[in-house]
Amino acid sequence: MVEWSSSERSTITGVWGKVNVNEVGPQALARVLIVYPWTQRYFESFGNLSSPAAIIGNPKVATHGKTVLNSLGDGVKNMDDIKGTYMKLSKLHCEKLNVDPDNFRLLADCITIVIAAKFGSAFSPEVQAVWRKFVAAVVEALSSQYF
Amino acid sequence: MLSNYEKELLVKIWDKMTPVAEDIGSEALLRMFTTFPKTKTYFAHLDISPRSEHLRSHGKKIVLAIAEGARNINNLATTLAPLSRFHAYQLRIHPTNFKLLNHCMLVTLACHMGDEFCPVAHAAMDKFLSAFSAVLSEKYR
Repeated sequence: MVEWSSSERSTITGVWGKVNVNEVGPQALARVLIVYPWTQRYFESFGNLSSPAAIIGNPKVATHGKTVLNSLGDGVKNMDDIKGTYMKLSKLHCEKLNVDPDNFRLLADCITIVIAAKFGSAFSPEVQAVWRKFVAAVVEALSSQYF
Repeated sequence: MLSNYEKELLVKIWDKMTPVAEDIGSEALLRMFTTFPKTKTYFAHLDISPRSEHLRSHGKKIVLAIAEGARNINNLATTLAPLSRFHAYQLRIHPTNFKLLNHCMLVTLACHMGDEFCPVAHAAMDKFLSAFSAVLSEKYR
């Protein structure tokens, strides 16, 4: 289990409080598909992903991006049981969706970069470090039920 | 592979960062040391506290080298040959650390550029920094 100091907890809830899920979710998922195009293999049913503009304008990408980021919010609400929170999702991604878990890290990196671009200097090195600790715990939890 | 458009975009971005190379480079390093503390093992001989002289001068060196690479993107291996030798035979930094610095460089650019660090710029930068790291570690073995 990951240990959290009270200042780390308030940093995470502080960052999360300023995140607009409906904006950051779609943008982060679009970046994953644009920056790491091999991830498109998991989204063939999403229709047109042929260019950055098509990906950004694809409504299914936007909807799924919101779902993903809302799910990250579950982690913020359950910081003391991150592994348990993502148990079912981890199983789903392994057994049904067959998603290589390294992709969770790519998504976490893109979420971080989208947040950095929005926050500017408020996303200080200290905030980044705590945020990284949190998303790394979520990535690990999502990978925990693989085989 | 980088398209011509991406190459031009990279030169434009790094030209803009050159006058503030010290700020950008030292911020990226500081982010790396804070977020991935194990990277500090390579800098035990330097003072890497925030705003220290070493941090600033080393950060500047890194950004200027990256900017130089961006301007010579078609001959990256030749341009970076001295740096590549230096990393392979003297520094011998575990190449996984290049990825950590790259991520922190992307975060630094995102913080400074805001919306201008759009998905297309992000993709071009990620590709370029990966290529840059590959050249730095290509003489390792």
